[in-house]
Amino acid sequence: MSMTEKAVIAERPVAVRKRETAGKSSWIQKEQRPLNGTIVQISRFLVFAAIVALWEIGATLGWINSFFWSKPSDIAATWWIIVQNGSAWSDTLFTFRSTIAGFVIGTLAGAVIGLTFWWSRLYAQTIEPFVIMFEAMPKLALAPIIVLIFGIGLASKVAMAVAITIVITILTTYNGMKSVDKDLVRMIYTLGATRWQVFSKVVVPWTIPSIISALRINIGLALTGAIVGEYIGSQHGLGRLIFYAGQTYEISLIWAGILNLSILSMVLYLAITWVEKKLLKGFMH
Amino acid sequence: MNPACKLQLKNVSKLFRTARGGTVQALAPVDLDIPAHRFVTIIGPSGCGKSTLFNIISGLTEPSTGEILVDGKTVNGTSGIVGYMLQKDLLLPWRTILDNVILGMEIRGVPKREAKAKALPLLRKYGLGGFEHSYPSQISGGMRQRAALLRTILYDKDIILLDEPFGALDAQTRALMQEWLLDLWDDFQKTILFITHDLEEAIYLSDEVYIMSARPGSIKAHLHIDLERPRKPTIVTSKRFVELKEEALRILSAEALKAYDQEKAG
Repeated sequence: MSMTEKAVIAERPVAVRKRETAGKSSWIQKEQRPLNGTIVQISRFLVFAAIVALWEIGATLGWINSFFWSKPSDIAATWWIIVQNGSAWSDTLFTFRSTIAGFVIGTLAGAVIGLTFWWSRLYAQTIEPFVIMFEAMPKLALAPIIVLIFGIGLASKVAMAVAITIVITILTTYNGMKSVDKDLVRMIYTLGATRWQVFSKVVVPWTIPSIISALRINIGLALTGAIVGEYIGSQHGLGRLIFYAGQTYEISLIWAGILNLSILSMVLYLAITWVEKKLLKGFMH
Repeated sequence: MNPACKLQLKNVSKLFRTARGGTVQALAPVDLDIPAHRFVTIIGPSGCGKSTLFNIISGLTEPSTGEILVDGKTVNGTSGIVGYMLQKDLLLPWRTILDNVILGMEIRGVPKREAKAKALPLLRKYGLGGFEHSYPSQISGGMRQRAALLRTILYDKDIILLDEPFGALDAQTRALMQEWLLDLWDDFQKTILFITHDLEEAIYLSDEVYIMSARPGSIKAHLHIDLERPRKPTIVTSKRFVELKEEALRILSAEALKAYDQEKAG
């Protein structure tokens, strides 16, 4: 239980930050004194502790069916076992690798494809509806085919993550590019720029903030893609761990896997938020 | 051809197609001879095609008829022959002032270090010292406009087109910028073609003022400004200045009225 608590406590700083910025911009606080941060933290901890305690007590006393819901103490014990025998680490690392690879490939390829649309209006307008069609399709439905094509190894998970991130990146890039200030383009043409120079000195830098804004969404999507790929067919990864546990009715193991996945997801999200902030700071003035 | 002529327009006109398939004459045939190192201003009612004329000279738009000659050579539809500055400063927000100012040289292939070495003393000389490494959003509108003008000057073309460059500035900044522009013009010996709505600005700055007619724009009148240089800001109260202004106003107000009637009718 103590481990579970720590993991959830780690989430707090983000939540606090978000709440504070939202408060500053959207309310005019007239007579309300700002809340004491420590009190907010304590009350959050109490809510969390109450939920965990109710779950534990309820499962012990039979109010909650512990066959399906397990209970916090069992989950923590199972989690501790997979941490100690190393499988938590190797599965997490496998999922992490395919997520990052898919994220990087999907984002880069999407950005590059989106940027090629600048070169020809005929090409852009011909291709755009196909991209939108692909975006409208639930790409998770592709998982069985992708596993058949790419096998049950890392490649199929990466491919899933790419499939799910690439299209949204193309569209975000293309939309950002379409908003380029026409006068800036005119200006650089009057300085004798070639098309390539217009592209590299105005269009690409103009579009980069849009691409950066896609990063945070893409990291979550890439993780989802990788997990679904693991559900369909895999020998490693957190998705496989959860799927396997489900088939053998090891409910505590399912929850332990979900806990691990949540931690991974949070770490990735925080890391990308940090990268995004650094990139935007270096770019927007 | 007159060898002293830097820029010539022969019978240049522009027809635009409208969405409904009709055509609009934006510019009636225009002839202009502009000698080197002159400061020439074009003034006229709004919508008279001044900016179309500049777009044609700068090569952004092809004329429907006629020829543009720079140093006796036809340059229709070729961009990069003249320096062109618009009312908006159009600095790239992701570049520092120094990197913005050298953009023209960079595009021409001048090595960055060399371009910067050339730009730095000018930035200092023209009041942007200490802001070389600032970003456009961090400096005032007047400074941004100065940076944009320096970028145009450093692009190093003999002819510079300025389309209402000070239109968005407040009166004090504008007066300072006018002085500053005259200094630059003097230092760099450029041929300047200037668009403005402000008659006083036109007379104060120019050697020649061309007045354009209401749409379709054409050159309606030409005033030679025979005021001595260097001119002091107080010259606007001199007798000759007032005479020139009266003459220009008479022609302009007739054209402005015509433009107004057209707008009502159309």
